[in-house]
Amino acid sequence: MNLLDPQGPVAAANSTILVDSVFIMLAIVVPTIIAILGFAFWFRASNPKARFQPDFVYSGRVEMVVWAIPALTVILLGGVAWIGSHQLDPAAPVPGTGSPVRIQAVSLDWKWLFIYPDQRIATVNTLTVPAGAELNFQLTSSSVMNVFFIPQLGSMIYTMNGMVTRLNLRADNEGKLKGLSAHFSGDGFPDMMFDVNVVSPLAFPDWVAATAKTDAVLNEESYTKLMQQGIEKNRLTFRLDDPRLFDLIATQHIPPGPGPDLLSDAGRPHSGAHDAR
Amino acid sequence: MLGKLDWSAIPFDQPIPLIAGAIVLVAILAVLIWVVAKGHLPYLWHEWITSVDHKRIGVMYILLASVMLLRGGSDAIMMRIQQAVAYQSQGFLPPEHYNQIFSAHGTIMIFFVAMPFVIGLMNLIVPLQLGVRDVAFPTLNSVGFWLTATGALLVNLSLVVGEFARTGWLAFPPLSQLSYSPGVGVDYYAWSLQISGVGTLVAGINLVTTVLKLRTKGMNYLRMPMFCWTTLASNLLIVAAFPILTATLAMLLLDRYLGFHFFTNEAGGNVMMFMNLIWAWGHPEVYILVLPAFGIFSEVVSTFSGKPLFGYRSMVLATMAICVISFMVWLHHFFTMGAGPDVNAIFGIASMIIAVPTGVKIYNWLFTMYGGRIRFATPMLWAVGFMVTFIIGGLTGVLVAVPPADFMLHNSMFLVAHFHNVIIGGVLFGAFAGFEYWFPKAFGFRLDERWGKAAFWFTFLGFYVTFLPLYIAGMLGMTRRLQHYDVAAWRPWMFVAAFGVLILSIGVICQIMQIVVSIRNREALRDRTGDPWDGRSLEWATSSPPPVFNFAFYPDVRGEDAYWDMKASAQQQSLEHEPPEYRDIEMPRNSPTGFICAFFATIMGFALIWHIWWMVILGGIGAFATFVVFAWRDHDEYVIPADEVAAIDRVNLEERRGLVSMAGTI
Repeated sequence: MNLLDPQGPVAAANSTILVDSVFIMLAIVVPTIIAILGFAFWFRASNPKARFQPDFVYSGRVEMVVWAIPALTVILLGGVAWIGSHQLDPAAPVPGTGSPVRIQAVSLDWKWLFIYPDQRIATVNTLTVPAGAELNFQLTSSSVMNVFFIPQLGSMIYTMNGMVTRLNLRADNEGKLKGLSAHFSGDGFPDMMFDVNVVSPLAFPDWVAATAKTDAVLNEESYTKLMQQGIEKNRLTFRLDDPRLFDLIATQHIPPGPGPDLLSDAGRPHSGAHDAR
Repeated sequence: MLGKLDWSAIPFDQPIPLIAGAIVLVAILAVLIWVVAKGHLPYLWHEWITSVDHKRIGVMYILLASVMLLRGGSDAIMMRIQQAVAYQSQGFLPPEHYNQIFSAHGTIMIFFVAMPFVIGLMNLIVPLQLGVRDVAFPTLNSVGFWLTATGALLVNLSLVVGEFARTGWLAFPPLSQLSYSPGVGVDYYAWSLQISGVGTLVAGINLVTTVLKLRTKGMNYLRMPMFCWTTLASNLLIVAAFPILTATLAMLLLDRYLGFHFFTNEAGGNVMMFMNLIWAWGHPEVYILVLPAFGIFSEVVSTFSGKPLFGYRSMVLATMAICVISFMVWLHHFFTMGAGPDVNAIFGIASMIIAVPTGVKIYNWLFTMYGGRIRFATPMLWAVGFMVTFIIGGLTGVLVAVPPADFMLHNSMFLVAHFHNVIIGGVLFGAFAGFEYWFPKAFGFRLDERWGKAAFWFTFLGFYVTFLPLYIAGMLGMTRRLQHYDVAAWRPWMFVAAFGVLILSIGVICQIMQIVVSIRNREALRDRTGDPWDGRSLEWATSSPPPVFNFAFYPDVRGEDAYWDMKASAQQQSLEHEPPEYRDIEMPRNSPTGFICAFFATIMGFALIWHIWWMVILGGIGAFATFVVFAWRDHDEYVIPADEVAAIDRVNLEERRGLVSMAGTI
């Protein structure tokens, strides 16, 4: 999950900006730290060679330089930030080969539901995507806030109930990656890690076809069951009944997740959700 | 009768909080019994609990902060151990417990350690630096302190009665709404912050008024010590920002108690509004904490370099620039919430702009050292340690202000490392520097240097060993607040960080030992000059500890570094030779208003948390009645007769005569 080992263009650009910014700043930070330690050492009271200048309390030139150095650095970095924010806007398109894959991600308590509306399938805690294609995410939440993040593919984004956020990514190399939620969402939060399988563009239709044979069907009823608080260890797959399911969730036609069951232990004042363990 | 409160509120099945609570309870009882049995109670009541003396209140603030630092530190130790052991396992803390611990750790460290520590130092020192006898509103000052203590008490009570919030230290909705957090945890959080928030607000108003309205002769704005300037800036921010916190938490409480929909998922509530509001307070808050620390370092670097502060006016400008800009950057806390690129870029650049005045400050401290004669006493070690550490924290801070970099680092362990880097390296180092520097002023004897230096080195080293691994873990994709994890690459770094906490704990032990050893050797460490560090500002012009009236005469200030000028022009000597004409001094009377008011506020807060409505009314009426009684008081001042002033001052002058060195001669 190393951020400096990007597997897609967004992560590559993000980490380039990250590393460049660090080096721009190191160019003034390192000399400053050396100067601090150097001055502190040289001007120690026990050093007879250091010249005592108690009246050196103002210098217009020094002031100009010390305001100018951080200001110039910030102008440079500000440019990086401005251009970077626009080029790497999570909603900006990320061109890829083949047709884009639309994925609708819903954060549940405490698992990720990935709906493929065009393929009419859905998965839980596993995201399978073809290498090289633009991945077109729409995201929402069934209840509390979460953040969708696949470190090696780049840019994270919040999921919020009643709202849809957008994110475009691309995975360039086949392999297995990890994703997670980057915003604390309750007792089962650490178990919101999910697998990302990047498969070849040829293998992707096969995987879709295989998944579409699943018996389990995702509709309003099974979704409502799925969004109950709890951890899902199994990598569930579904056939999608209604391709507009995501819109029903995002527009709150399906009401938000209920939270802990007040009659169970989880609802009691001091104890937590035991099913989280 | 007792609302939601019953026996199930006490976690009999969870040994850790129960044992910890029992130990604390026994300790408190033992101290109380000792105090009563030894007959110290009247002394405590008259000299401390009801005191409206800014120095006493300052000391009590710092005491509160120190005790809570130990509590917040224990939370930190548990979290580091949990993350070190919870690889592919549940560790020793179940989620509902771990989640309370990190929420309590953040809440305690910000509201009940950092805030009272810096407010305590400002209370203790600012009136002395301004050359005045008290703050503007002495009784209000006492009320502010005791309300802060109430908040701290409620947070600690949640350990054994009920639970604390399991939502993180900012209690984001919808997770903090009744539907997802049905317990009393969020209520404990919100009410303790509401009550202590009132305390902080009155402290802020008090200090702003003090700096603006109470200055001695000749102490115009551009002669004030830098600590007074940063106090002004910080408290202006308190006055402007804390009402936002109060209003935001009030809205959350309305949602929870009366079914409003400010921040709910349903019925048009807007969770993003909470994010905006809480950070509109939260970002200025970090500058509220760090600005006083900047002031402390300015005093320390200047004193121990034997030079005036370099570029004083530039520093004033930088301080006020930070004060203003800090209100315009809050959105950088949620670049990843889907705002457009223009918004993200503008707030990113605004956040970087704060780095300019901050950088200027670093360079001005650097040039204060240039050409100086630097004495490496403990406060100066903290100052140099701060400068190095804070630059690194500043670098990572500007890094996360670049939106595309933040898209990878938001909420990660990298961010955790960053804000600990600036809060420990900035605020805590500053608080410790101020503690070491001004301790002789408050108590009349120095702190042991050997233990102090050991504390510095262990803390400095421990900080890096703890938080550099967290930076690396963040670069490996690790997010914050994980109760357990399955990623093997993170684990070694969690081990190193846990080891770092061990080193930090040794630093804390050294700090405690330093106090114990110094109290034992206090006669040897006694400071009779009132000016142990060859200081430059007016707090050193009076005895240590200062008399209750601070100064027998209002000092006459002729420039920056007021006391240094006096020493240089030998004014001190002339003052000592001509017998001065003493006058009566009026001082504010002690008042139990603050303590009684906080007593009722505690009852009210506890009752609100547990929905015990009759008790809410009782507490509310009690607190209000206390104010009314105070408002109708007949006598609010007492007179110290001229003879008594003369007697006290002569003794002080006698002790100081000949001991105070001429400026620049050592």
